[in-house]
Amino acid sequence: MQSQTQTMTFGNYDTERIHDELFHENGTPRNGARLLIEQLNSMSIDEVIHRQQAMDRALMQMGITFTVYGAEEGTEKIFPFDLVPRVVEAFEWGHIEAGLKQRIQVLNRFIHDIYHEQEIIKDGVVPRSLLEQAKSFRHQCVGLNPPGEIWCHVTGTDLIRHSDGAIYVLEDNLRCPSGVSYVLQNRLIMKRSFPQVFMASKVRPVTDYPSRLYSTLAGLAPPHIGEPTIVVLTPGIYNSAYYEHSFLAQQMGIELVEGSDLVVRDGFVYMRNTNGFRRVDVIYRRLDDDFIDPQAFRADSMLGVPGLFDAYRRGHVALANAPGTGVADDKVIYAFVPEMIRYYLNEEPILPNVPTYICDREEDRQYVLSHLDELVVKSANEAGGYGMLIGPASTAEQRSEFAFRIQQDPRNYIAQPTLCLSRVPTLAGERFEGRHVDLRPYILCGKEGIWVLPGGLTRVALVKGSLVVNSSQGGGSKDTWVMARNEEEAVEAETTL
Amino acid sequence: MLSRVANSIYWMARYIERAENLARFIEVTLNFILDRPDSSYEQWEPLILATGDEPDFKERYGAASAQNVVHFLTFDPDYGNSIVSCLTLARENARTVREAISSEAWEQINEFYLWLRASQNRSMTLDSQFELFQKIRMESHLFSGILDATMSRGTGWQFANLGRLIERADKTSRILDVKYFTLLPKIEDVGTTIDDLQWSAVLRSVSGFEMFRKRYHAITVRRIVEFLILDRDFPRAVRFCLDGAERSLRTITGSPDSVYCNSAEQRLGQLRANLSYADVESIIQAGLHEFVDDFQQKLNHIDDAIYDTFFALRTL
Repeated sequence: MQSQTQTMTFGNYDTERIHDELFHENGTPRNGARLLIEQLNSMSIDEVIHRQQAMDRALMQMGITFTVYGAEEGTEKIFPFDLVPRVVEAFEWGHIEAGLKQRIQVLNRFIHDIYHEQEIIKDGVVPRSLLEQAKSFRHQCVGLNPPGEIWCHVTGTDLIRHSDGAIYVLEDNLRCPSGVSYVLQNRLIMKRSFPQVFMASKVRPVTDYPSRLYSTLAGLAPPHIGEPTIVVLTPGIYNSAYYEHSFLAQQMGIELVEGSDLVVRDGFVYMRNTNGFRRVDVIYRRLDDDFIDPQAFRADSMLGVPGLFDAYRRGHVALANAPGTGVADDKVIYAFVPEMIRYYLNEEPILPNVPTYICDREEDRQYVLSHLDELVVKSANEAGGYGMLIGPASTAEQRSEFAFRIQQDPRNYIAQPTLCLSRVPTLAGERFEGRHVDLRPYILCGKEGIWVLPGGLTRVALVKGSLVVNSSQGGGSKDTWVMARNEEEAVEAETTL
Repeated sequence: MLSRVANSIYWMARYIERAENLARFIEVTLNFILDRPDSSYEQWEPLILATGDEPDFKERYGAASAQNVVHFLTFDPDYGNSIVSCLTLARENARTVREAISSEAWEQINEFYLWLRASQNRSMTLDSQFELFQKIRMESHLFSGILDATMSRGTGWQFANLGRLIERADKTSRILDVKYFTLLPKIEDVGTTIDDLQWSAVLRSVSGFEMFRKRYHAITVRRIVEFLILDRDFPRAVRFCLDGAERSLRTITGSPDSVYCNSAEQRLGQLRANLSYADVESIIQAGLHEFVDDFQQKLNHIDDAIYDTFFALRTL
């Protein structure tokens, strides 16, 4: 039924001269987004709102939640989801994919080098002082040789597009990157709502992520084992990403275990079954290094398994990601990745870093202290958008507090220019408005090679003008559509449900 | 399967069954009072007795009235066995093992829980009370149905079945015990309409009224006891529950018939065998209350044995 005032829902959409992922500056839709915009324009705004609400209900019903620390209820919230996807053209994705593969290759080599000969330090590319003060360097990992010399099996790299139209790497998440379950469930919900657009648009599928993850993990098992037993190790239901742990275990058809379900004897890991004990060969651990084994790391951890690290060292169990990767998941080390690419591969970085000032360097520190109102200052080791100063939005008091902190502990701070992130149309009340987004693709690195999930999690800052996209601070997500290059590339052609 | 997961599935099933049974008791009492409004007090107190949590209730609420009993049993978050507490625990258990049960089962139990929580805040009229308990019963049926229709009959489903049948056997015996205890002393009531109404209410509380009638027609105390305890075909009868529970237990362990390989099988086997060869006369001679008391103790021992055999932390 037509409503009386039937205007095009995107009729009044204004990109406000900020790079928009779906629209050109002159207001015409970008190529890959054309069919989608046509579809949305054919609906009244009421229908759109209706559809968004139906999606929200579906998420609630499926229990797709995360836990927000510090919130009053301290319980589950639905991770807000917006129905307008981000669209990535095929040629651009090719560029991103190549850049990510290059980067993860280098990060693995760096980590391996750091825990062995440290050639990159000896050759003066990365200063020793920076490494010595790195909070996540684990001396327990020195000299270890994980299968295939691969340390980061699952990586989530955050990308942004700046106002110059180029894609930059914001940071690498090499420890326990989360969010892929939202990617998969968001896609499921979107397919139910926009089946025709999927059929016509040739969007690349994401549903094979669990089976790819499974093969990556299976490939890590000691070679003589025919059918390895693989488990997902979770801290438990009160962890903010619990839903994802459970979802991935279910999708891969493997057990979800907690520390107390495992026991180590004679250097082998076993799980407690109703009919006895069963040996475990590969553990996809979603637990920080510090908590995995009270005998090797934090002694007060109740979440880990005593003796696990010893079993790992002996090669009796494989851990993904390997302990010790945190050394590269550090915002200061991040600044050296372009140098690493040149050093290990003799290549230029395909994806650039955001220009970064390292406060440990005298020159950089002076610049940062005198331009606090223009820069974004980040603490090297805190995640989730905490420990961050957004210069242009800050008060004088906040700036002076940060100035103090930087001078106290310069090694721990970096600064970057304020970026103008690109935007995607997002439902705001009864209209579409642009909201800033970033993109987190997921990269699997196993013995057979490196695979990048086509797309990833587009995180959106739901508050108008905000640049903070993290789930823990009021961000939301969108589906990400990577267009297929040609007829041969698989598409989401199958009908929904 | 993981001991912890089996434990959660077992208790998820038990808590849902517990919530359903409580809703049934309340519903039947509400129904009965419509026929005998002046006997209201007499009807609510036995309900509290049936839970076995009378001291807790007395301490916090004092004398039993329709309003406070219904609130205590349905929505009191501080009472561990209230319907809302049972649902919360069932859902929490389901959440920790959602990858082991089907996604449909999880979604339904989640919705059930969210709906019940939202119902707490609405003010209740007598009509809406009936609707509430009927819906609780229906949601529980739905959960059972989904579990049965979507879960492979592997170890997970068997533990769920074991849990719900043990809980059901316990609750059926409990309601019979309390009603018998409170109904029988009035010798002059035997054979009267009142008596009939009371026993009909008992049958309805286990959804057994029509089935009973098909088999026995007229109500006598003996037949009720025989039906609810010894019947092999009625799904809420104690004997039926134990038969099913034992089958599930043996499927889990793979033990052949008449052989036991752990304390749970031994105890459950013994109890089921006792019931298989029991007769109503001996039960009533020895005293129904004594019989039920003994039965419930043995059920508790079986529960302990299940825990020790399958769930408890063992050393390697």
